[in-house]
Amino acid sequence: MSNPTTAVPVSGQRPPTAAPASVGRPMATRNRAREWATRAPLLPALIFLIVVTQLPFVATLVISLFDWNSFRPDRRAFAGLDNYKTVLSDASLRESILTTVLLTASVVIVSVVLGLLLALLLDRKFRGRGLVRTMLIAPFLLVPVASALLWKHALYNPEYGLFNGVLNWLGGPQPEWLTDTPLIAVEASLIWQWTPFMMLILLAGLQSRPLDMIEAARLDGAGNWQIFRFLTLPHLRRYLELGTLLGSIYIVQNFDAVFTMTRGGLNTANLPYTIYETFYNAHEYGLASAAGVVVVIGTIIIATFALRVVSSLFREEVSHA
Amino acid sequence: MTAVSTPVTITGLPEPARRAKRRGAALGLLAWFVGIVFVLPVLWMLLTSFHSEADAATNPPSLTASLTLDGYKEFFGSGGGASPWPSLLNSMGTSLFSTGFVLLLALPAAYALSIRRVRKWTDVMFFFLSTKMLPVVAGLLPVFLFAKDISFLDNVWLLVILYTSMNLPIAVWMMQSFLADVPVSIIEAAQMDGARLPTILWRVVAPIAGPGIAATSLICFIFSWNEMLFAQVLTGVVAQTAPAFLTTFVTSQGLFLAKVCAASIVISLPVLAAGFAAQDKLVQGLSLGAVK
Repeated sequence: MSNPTTAVPVSGQRPPTAAPASVGRPMATRNRAREWATRAPLLPALIFLIVVTQLPFVATLVISLFDWNSFRPDRRAFAGLDNYKTVLSDASLRESILTTVLLTASVVIVSVVLGLLLALLLDRKFRGRGLVRTMLIAPFLLVPVASALLWKHALYNPEYGLFNGVLNWLGGPQPEWLTDTPLIAVEASLIWQWTPFMMLILLAGLQSRPLDMIEAARLDGAGNWQIFRFLTLPHLRRYLELGTLLGSIYIVQNFDAVFTMTRGGLNTANLPYTIYETFYNAHEYGLASAAGVVVVIGTIIIATFALRVVSSLFREEVSHA
Repeated sequence: MTAVSTPVTITGLPEPARRAKRRGAALGLLAWFVGIVFVLPVLWMLLTSFHSEADAATNPPSLTASLTLDGYKEFFGSGGGASPWPSLLNSMGTSLFSTGFVLLLALPAAYALSIRRVRKWTDVMFFFLSTKMLPVVAGLLPVFLFAKDISFLDNVWLLVILYTSMNLPIAVWMMQSFLADVPVSIIEAAQMDGARLPTILWRVVAPIAGPGIAATSLICFIFSWNEMLFAQVLTGVVAQTAPAFLTTFVTSQGLFLAKVCAASIVISLPVLAAGFAAQDKLVQGLSLGAVK
């Protein structure tokens, strides 16, 4: 595998220095050399990624076909698709698949919508805009574990958390946030964390709008809503898709919040957490791997679905895309 | 930006303009309100970190309690527990090294995907992103078993390798779009002058794509610094990173709210500082390849 990488940079560096001499060379050789020269810089990254991410996944696929608990290594045996049957029929695993979907979908949708509204607000000029943006991105910059601890202990805690403290001031009820509505509590903290990310992406989108077109539309008598609907939104389409895609990819994999806030209790265990438990504490290697493969399939479905929905929503506006 | 685009006559505003101005002011206030709502938890954590444990755990919360550095002193002295320094240094080391490796691998790749376009470059781009769709949990077990076999567990370099692979796809995507900004004519001119690839990258491409590359590095650094699942599973005592340290810190010693808040602030500080300092680049960087 290292052969092309070591061989190619040499030919990649040759054309400039040997340019006068190569004039008479046959076209085919020159084309092939040039093609390798263009490909060469790509190879280290590609090979590295394949080795570090794809090979382990292949290994996961293989392990998922075995009945393998590290406490009973002598009883390791080929099990075919049994692990998948278990994953899909075990109530708690099925529950965690559902939780993952709910968690991902709600966090992505809400944070994209909120992020869009915030980006629109911040796209206007007003006093202290820079400061407001700084305040808004703070949740994104906080280390996720720190933010999970913050929500769990400093905000949600029923005894001395800020939420109940404020409710106490107002003479309101004192709910046990993390036990009464655990999934919503986790989702709220993630939405808080991810909205700024979406806002930043969409703000970059808004600021790259061609202003002359908007100016022209305004002169033609277009209202704010029409400009938003027919100019801004189509322009933002790719940014919305990107935010949704990246958000889905990262939130499907969320581990920190579930691990820190609920330890997977009360139906908040998503697949990453369940897999962590299955393999790290229960040592069920085969089962954990099968669940891992299910997450991969789920992620791909969700990412594709997210893209499709966003794409089709905006399809009418994009005439030439 | 759009609000100021209409030319304003000097002699008194017409009624619609005045209404628009009032609305603009109201929306500005709304933005301020939402900004405060979002930053409030962080400020609350900051305030709590300067309280004594007794003042931190009161209901209703006290805003007037006297401030103290005890939480921070406790954290760095760690009140009988392990010192936070090794984990902070591990985090700094793994984040910096993996970001460096990402740049080393992604820059040439992005070059091949934008300036010297390889054939089917969009397919390659998609492949890079698709590796991100492969959740880390799905490859974690084999990595764990393999590292255990070759006694590579609890080693910071294992994290460096994994964080590099974790951030590489995003970095390639971002840099692809930044390098596409570099005019090909300049590069061709440099090639005519006999410049070789490393020279072209360093002298021609880097200055133009510099801000974007900085944004990419920042994002890679943030994601590496924040990562916890790998750190939790693949490290023990020696290679433990700050986020993993933070979790043990809570469970092993019961809850000391002020100290936990102080610890969270300290561990988030490098990312907060870097992120606040480079906001514009962050905005630019996060738009990734979507613009082009």
